[in-house]
Amino acid sequence: MVSTAENMETTAVQETPKLKVSNLAISYGDTTVLKDINLEVKTNEIFGIIGPANSGKTSFLKVLNRMDTFNSNMSFEGDAFFNGLNTRDLRNLYALRSRVGVVFPLPVGLPLTIYENVALSPRLRGVKSKEDLDIIVERCLMRAALWDEVKDRLNSLGSLLSGGQQQRLTIARALSQEPELLMLDEFSIAVDPVTTMRIEDVLKELKQEMTIILVTNLVQQARRLADRTAFFLNGECVEIGDTEELFTGNVKDERTIGYIEGKFG
Amino acid sequence: MNQDNPTMPDKAAAFDQRDRDWYIDKAVQAIVFLGGISAILFIIGIFVFITKEGLGFLLRDFSFSEFFLSPWWEPTDEDEPTYGILALVAGTASVTGLAMLVAIPFSLGAAIYVGEFATGKKREYLKVLVELLAAIPSVVWGFIGLSIMNPLIIELFDVPVGLNVLNAGVILGLMAAPIMTSIAEDALKAVPDRYREAAEALGATRWQVIFKTVVPAAKNGLLGAVLLGVGRGFGETMAVLMATGHAINLPGSVFDSVRALTATIAAELGETAVGSPHYEALFTIGIFLFVVTFIINLSADLIVRGVRNQ
Repeated sequence: MVSTAENMETTAVQETPKLKVSNLAISYGDTTVLKDINLEVKTNEIFGIIGPANSGKTSFLKVLNRMDTFNSNMSFEGDAFFNGLNTRDLRNLYALRSRVGVVFPLPVGLPLTIYENVALSPRLRGVKSKEDLDIIVERCLMRAALWDEVKDRLNSLGSLLSGGQQQRLTIARALSQEPELLMLDEFSIAVDPVTTMRIEDVLKELKQEMTIILVTNLVQQARRLADRTAFFLNGECVEIGDTEELFTGNVKDERTIGYIEGKFG
Repeated sequence: MNQDNPTMPDKAAAFDQRDRDWYIDKAVQAIVFLGGISAILFIIGIFVFITKEGLGFLLRDFSFSEFFLSPWWEPTDEDEPTYGILALVAGTASVTGLAMLVAIPFSLGAAIYVGEFATGKKREYLKVLVELLAAIPSVVWGFIGLSIMNPLIIELFDVPVGLNVLNAGVILGLMAAPIMTSIAEDALKAVPDRYREAAEALGATRWQVIFKTVVPAAKNGLLGAVLLGVGRGFGETMAVLMATGHAINLPGSVFDSVRALTATIAAELGETAVGSPHYEALFTIGIFLFVVTFIINLSADLIVRGVRNQ
């Protein structure tokens, strides 16, 4: 049911961006942390968001899959459209969240076994057979570059893995959702450089299947991966542009080049 | 002291002098140490006392098979007194068991609501109310059993007596529920919010988050809460004395009156001569109760601790 509705949506309106944000402003209580955000993310692109700490990047992601509802203090104005549907008006936020994978900056291995961490989402959407789950778990752990390290102890607790392994477990879990949109929030904070490169390679492949929003404070990571990049600074979106253009100095705002070249932030 | 000219000799002297702060520190350590070990001293003291009082019976009249397997508790029989606690154990166990059937759904439901769903003011009020409920004296609960539950059970089920397992079980369940709620809620609160967020980000509904993530993570604490409730039920005296009917009986249904171990001690101890076999037998029951509640509470405590250490 759901998938046919989605197919109709995409065929009927071919040009609908995966994500469209208009006049978005986010505040916690009286403090506005992000304002005047207008951007579109196209289907199957990697959209990078760079910017120093406290510039509203994580809050922005939280609004996109409506995780703002966890925090009674958090509110937003303006609209965010997912597949052309206003996320404000959705009657089933759980369905939205199940289509959007999130990887948090600090890894959150759920207090379940490694296997169950990855099998949870498929189970929630109704996959029951053990063989199907086995296939999903293996494929997702493979892709997250974790399979070789954990294949012999799938039944031990996910929360007992090391930080970097937990982060890859989180990525595997997000992939198990088979998301349309994958949001990575500074995923490489707890991961060593070699593994980071392996995951980056995977992300490049995943682009064929899903849209990716990559929040990172490693500007070179954005350059390696993102098709287009937005620069957030102190709660505003300073610039959005083709990643190569930005990194070759073709910018509209001097602050962007300053940040990219490491002069501040 | 010598801030203007902190020379080496002065400093060295300070290392060798015990000032006021040093003595206060030692004194506070000593006081806190006394406070800390007093609990252990009291426990040992209580155990020594009840063992001493019950020892005569244990050495002289005690027969394992009679004590644990005979349903006849007739210590005042002139010709041949018998000291069987089977019926009393059955009374305590049946009442406690029914109480848990009542208290577990209530308290876990309340804990999940207070801990996971209620927010802001509502949550604070509920927490205070639950703690208030836990503070109601047991004699009040016993009174409720006598004056409200008793006629209610007679009317509803058309039985001659309303003071029975059902009455005491419900009363005890309601009594144990608040403290179990409080502990269970603490266990749920100890589950970090990031687990909830991560599970909700997967698209899980609130119920799925609670059932598949929060409860498994808190299961030790929840089990500890249940065990503490069992301990409470086992040790409760006044309410069960008033609500069970206090009749020695191996219960065949929830409408049978029973008598609990604790209530037996409370009711009979004042009537016996100090040092008589009856008196000592009551203390032997005390030893038994002490050991059982000690084991229950200790395992509950160990289980709850296990949660914290994870």
